[in-house]
Amino acid sequence: MAEKVLMKGNEAIGEAAIHAGCQCFFGYPITPQTEVAAYMARKMPKIGRVFLQAESEVAAINMVYGAAGSGVRVMTSSSSPGISLKAEGISYIAGAELPCVIVNIVRGGPGLGSIQPAQSDYFQATKGGGHGDYRLVVFAPSSVQEMVDLIQDAFDVADIYRNPVMVMGDGMLGQMMEPVEFKERPKREIPSKDSWAATGLHGRKQHHVINSLYLQPEKLEEHNKKLSKKYAEIEKNEVRYETYNCEGEVDLVVAAYGTVSRIVKNAIKILEKEGIKVGLIRPITLWPFPKKAFEEVTGRTKHGFISVELSEGQMVEDVMLSVKGRKPVYFYGRSGGMVPTPAEIAGRIRAIVGGEK
Amino acid sequence: MAVIFEPTKALLDVPTHYCPGCTHGIIHRLVGEALEELGILDRTVGVAPVGCAVLAYDYFACDMHEAAHGRAPAVATGIKRALPDNIVFTYQGDGDLAAIGTAEIVHAAARGEKITTIFVNNAIYGMTGGQMAPTTLPGQVTETSPYGRNIETQGYPVRVSEMISTLDGAVYVERVSVDTPGNVFKAKKAIKKAFELQTKGAGFTMVEVLSICPTNWGLSPVEALKWLRDNMIPYYPLGVKKDTIGEVK
Repeated sequence: MAEKVLMKGNEAIGEAAIHAGCQCFFGYPITPQTEVAAYMARKMPKIGRVFLQAESEVAAINMVYGAAGSGVRVMTSSSSPGISLKAEGISYIAGAELPCVIVNIVRGGPGLGSIQPAQSDYFQATKGGGHGDYRLVVFAPSSVQEMVDLIQDAFDVADIYRNPVMVMGDGMLGQMMEPVEFKERPKREIPSKDSWAATGLHGRKQHHVINSLYLQPEKLEEHNKKLSKKYAEIEKNEVRYETYNCEGEVDLVVAAYGTVSRIVKNAIKILEKEGIKVGLIRPITLWPFPKKAFEEVTGRTKHGFISVELSEGQMVEDVMLSVKGRKPVYFYGRSGGMVPTPAEIAGRIRAIVGGEK
Repeated sequence: MAVIFEPTKALLDVPTHYCPGCTHGIIHRLVGEALEELGILDRTVGVAPVGCAVLAYDYFACDMHEAAHGRAPAVATGIKRALPDNIVFTYQGDGDLAAIGTAEIVHAAARGEKITTIFVNNAIYGMTGGQMAPTTLPGQVTETSPYGRNIETQGYPVRVSEMISTLDGAVYVERVSVDTPGNVFKAKKAIKKAFELQTKGAGFTMVEVLSICPTNWGLSPVEALKWLRDNMIPYYPLGVKKDTIGEVK
């Protein structure tokens, strides 16, 4: 009985997590995601679940480690500088193969940066962030509704693969209000955690150990190979993206995710009136990256691709890897909390299509 | 035939990696005996540190987590909050707890987390090969204080138990030593009491155990025990630092 309610993005994240059965939330205040923690502080105790404000992001992610190892659904949220602090813990969580959901409502960087929306944590989210050979599944919603849906899906994906999943929205998504519906999500088979969770023996003979330490090189390599196999499975099964206006011959294809993709759609409408046909590939999973979506359209795009981002050029590298040099790949970005207008993006595309590189 | 002594069921029958003469083995046994005697082994989850006791998860028979350096109290918080009926303990050394993990231990205690911390203080970083710890004594020679710890440039040692005792969330804090059989018995009593208080739902409990590191102190085990008595106990006085509950009924 889904009913539409008007909600701020950050509060919708909290409600979505509650719907998904999140038992514990560990957070720390940081702009622009603090409302997630505030919402959980109000709601979780009333339904017998755990909200705890940690002394730091470092502590919060390690509390997540403890709760995830205990076999419960757990989430934390933060914003860019806070995610840097969580990076150590995320690496341990990935190494110990624990499921959890991490929300990053991205603000401008580097350093203390700003508190305005940005997408400059793309590298951190998709290429590591923490140390070692690990992968984070990264969902990038473009509306509050999609954020709600993906938060719920994130818990399932985390449990299915025993891997941390990040839901990454720019600051705008956390702060904007939109109508949302808490729909029943497609049911997926969730494996039991009984074979590994450290719940206390309670009659079990063999103790369970939550750990990422393998002192023997042979054992660590074996573990890393096992992780790689899992990541290959995720790449095979969990890629999500949207294509828009990509049918037939196109003048140019834009790659954009999050709220930027919505601005790009408006730019596409401006250009349509001028007879310029522009397509959009919107990755919903930043990792695994939707390489095939780019391969499919490479032969049909006259002038190639442009990646439009709230950064100085990060996702553009994955676009290049997907296009494999077969067509030109351009970049347009604003950063530091600056957000491009549809006219600005249209202007850049017009210039490329008109022959100005 | 009457059995008068046997290994505790709380420790697995495996070889440990500890150096000859190290007192970690005694402290492991005391923790194990406490868990077994209180009948709580089946619902206990331990958290191992980074440091000499990093492999403790292979030795304790209960479920275990291995934490990142210093983060054991945060990990234990997550475990206890997720499964509050479990008994949760951290086992940490002085580098782990008193340097990199200072924030985590202070705030776990301040929140009154219903966990027990076994804090093993041997005044040095053991696993990395004998560097200065926050607990290294003034004048003590280590690899990174080769001319002796100079309080002018390297500051003073931290008396963790006294510091934690000032926090309202801590209900029981005691410093013990394992340098003599008598002190080992006292240490056992303290560790057992801390766990027993946890079973009653009391707040944060911690037992600091003065321990030796013959390898990195460059002393024989017997000399090391004497060094502990002559140098550590005067700086780190033994005894109950805080007890808001008293006798466990």
